[in-house]
Amino acid sequence: MQGKFTPKRDYYAGGLMLLLGVGAAVTGSGYKFGSLARMGPGFMPVVLGVVLAFLGLLIAGTALTSTEPDDKKFLPDHPQWFGWLCILGGPVLFIILGQYAGMIPAVFACVFVCALGDKTGTYKSSAILAAGVTVFGVLLFHYLLSIPFPLLRGVNL
Amino acid sequence: MISTAITDLWYGFGVALEPHNLMYCFLGVLVGNLVGVLPGMGPVATISILLPLTFGMPPVPAILMLSGVYYGAQYGGAICSILLNLPCHPPHAVTCLDGFPLTKQGKGGTALGITIIAAFIGASFGITEMIFLAPFLVKMALEFGPAEVCSLMLVGLLAGSTLAKGSPLKGIAMTVLGLLVGIVGSDIETGQPRFTFGITELFDGVEIIALALGMFGIAEFMNSINNTETVDMRYAKVGISDMFPSKADLKLAFWPMIRGTLLGSLCALIPGTGPTIASFVSYATEKKISKTPERFGHGAIEGVACPEASTHSSVQGDFIPTMSLGIPGDTVMALLLGALIIHGIVPGPQLISQHADIFWGLIASFWIGNILLVILNVPMIGVWVKLLSIPYRYLYPSAMFFVCIGVYAANNDMFQVGETLFIGVVGYILLRLDFHPAPILLGFVLGPRFEENFRRSLLISRGDLMTFIDRPISAFFLLICVVLIAAQVLVWLRKPKIIAEEQALEAAVPATSYSEVAE
Repeated sequence: MQGKFTPKRDYYAGGLMLLLGVGAAVTGSGYKFGSLARMGPGFMPVVLGVVLAFLGLLIAGTALTSTEPDDKKFLPDHPQWFGWLCILGGPVLFIILGQYAGMIPAVFACVFVCALGDKTGTYKSSAILAAGVTVFGVLLFHYLLSIPFPLLRGVNL
Repeated sequence: MISTAITDLWYGFGVALEPHNLMYCFLGVLVGNLVGVLPGMGPVATISILLPLTFGMPPVPAILMLSGVYYGAQYGGAICSILLNLPCHPPHAVTCLDGFPLTKQGKGGTALGITIIAAFIGASFGITEMIFLAPFLVKMALEFGPAEVCSLMLVGLLAGSTLAKGSPLKGIAMTVLGLLVGIVGSDIETGQPRFTFGITELFDGVEIIALALGMFGIAEFMNSINNTETVDMRYAKVGISDMFPSKADLKLAFWPMIRGTLLGSLCALIPGTGPTIASFVSYATEKKISKTPERFGHGAIEGVACPEASTHSSVQGDFIPTMSLGIPGDTVMALLLGALIIHGIVPGPQLISQHADIFWGLIASFWIGNILLVILNVPMIGVWVKLLSIPYRYLYPSAMFFVCIGVYAANNDMFQVGETLFIGVVGYILLRLDFHPAPILLGFVLGPRFEENFRRSLLISRGDLMTFIDRPISAFFLLICVVLIAAQVLVWLRKPKIIAEEQALEAAVPATSYSEVAE
């Protein structure tokens, strides 16, 4: 500790656990706690929450006393905002289109958007991949495994 | 004892050889081998995707198939390590050290051949161990009351979180987080909804598939996107004829295989030490007792044979505590336990007697599956090598599709897809903060049973916590817990030589951008 306070990742890690633990304990205290002999539904949540909060303090505390440098940042060296957006956007589209349009558009959109996230992915290559996966997916899940998921909502295929 | 074991095993073969079961066993090992070869796909994600598809099946073929994925993936994972120097499957990371130099010398085929022999020997021993040890453990465990079960679970949870990779403190924190996630939903006894925040879909609790696919699927893909090296296929040319090792190589590899097998089966018995630790320990041991340690790292065949045998024997041995005690040792086993529960089978010591078809069928299917894998890997090696060259940019979007539809198919509910997405984002944040997600799944699966037994034992003792210490078996388990914690504190205070050596070994393994998560 040379005077200067440098943020370490473990402070965030400990802080997050502390937050989650306190949150769980506070929420859990809303349920009946009961006694040791007759535990209510609130017993475990509160106890585990307190334990987690304590572990959070320990994690942050050991980081404070350790002299080992922690040079890794929270964000990776090359943050992939676009890639992450695509990976998360795929399932979001899958949910929306699956709910209102059916399996074919949902699968195509999901794979297409996810594939765009790769830096070498082009519209064309992503579309080809998406089309291929859609055909395979429909054959496997609709015809072979027959999961209840209409191919196109509103159209009787 | 041996005669009953043989009768039971005979019965098991009858179950496993039923055409239906045999087909699913084959499907399992085939898919496992496939995802083992493909960099960036792990058995955890694959089993989670396949799990909803087994809902319509009887439990026996379902469990046979899902287990097949796990040990099948071990055969595939070695190919990836040896030919491409990509340690995409943690248990095979250490195989890169000598496997890839061998490949560069043009002896990749020999290394693969030795690997398959080592795998088969290791697996066979692991299965034999299970045949004799599991019924013995069950006999002991049938005496357990809720207090003993509770303490035993505590050992499992603590071992799973402290012996795994990374900081033990963070591991324990993840276990507790997993236990908390397991609480979500209606309380078993009173029906009081807990941590549901008014969302009706959460009343049944968090879906295990959503948790596994969020943590090991989406979080993983976010970690590896645009972060993967181009695969170097220069040396990956292997034909069948290269795969038969010479007599000299076999002689060199024989004892290391046996030693690896024994070490692996030992590691399987200690809860929390899965195949990954087994392979590292056995490599280090083999190097230490070798007369020519300087050959290690430059293509010593022993450095391939020993860890591979150890991995496979540990993988099969992993099933012992899961199937006989209902205490999973690692993530895959936690998932399989979840699968058993979904199929309406209560895990625990009564499993062998109540569901003999599953237990003995599973053991018999291990033999069959391993033979199938040897057959699959020798003549078809060319196909697997071809698969290695599939680029990641095609893999992860396809995998995302399987994630989405797998989670949807579990309940035919889009809410679960959103749940998976949310867990994925949280999982990625945890990953960036150096938390390993494996203990979460362990805590999640054991959580509800832990709470139930904890409540019950205190109800019996009328709220006296001493019940856990008064009962000798329970006290023994608690003592193990204390030893585990004390050992960690000691390690933290002064780093012993063994740890330093293992860390040096880990540092020697080529850095990988795929799959940093220990499985």
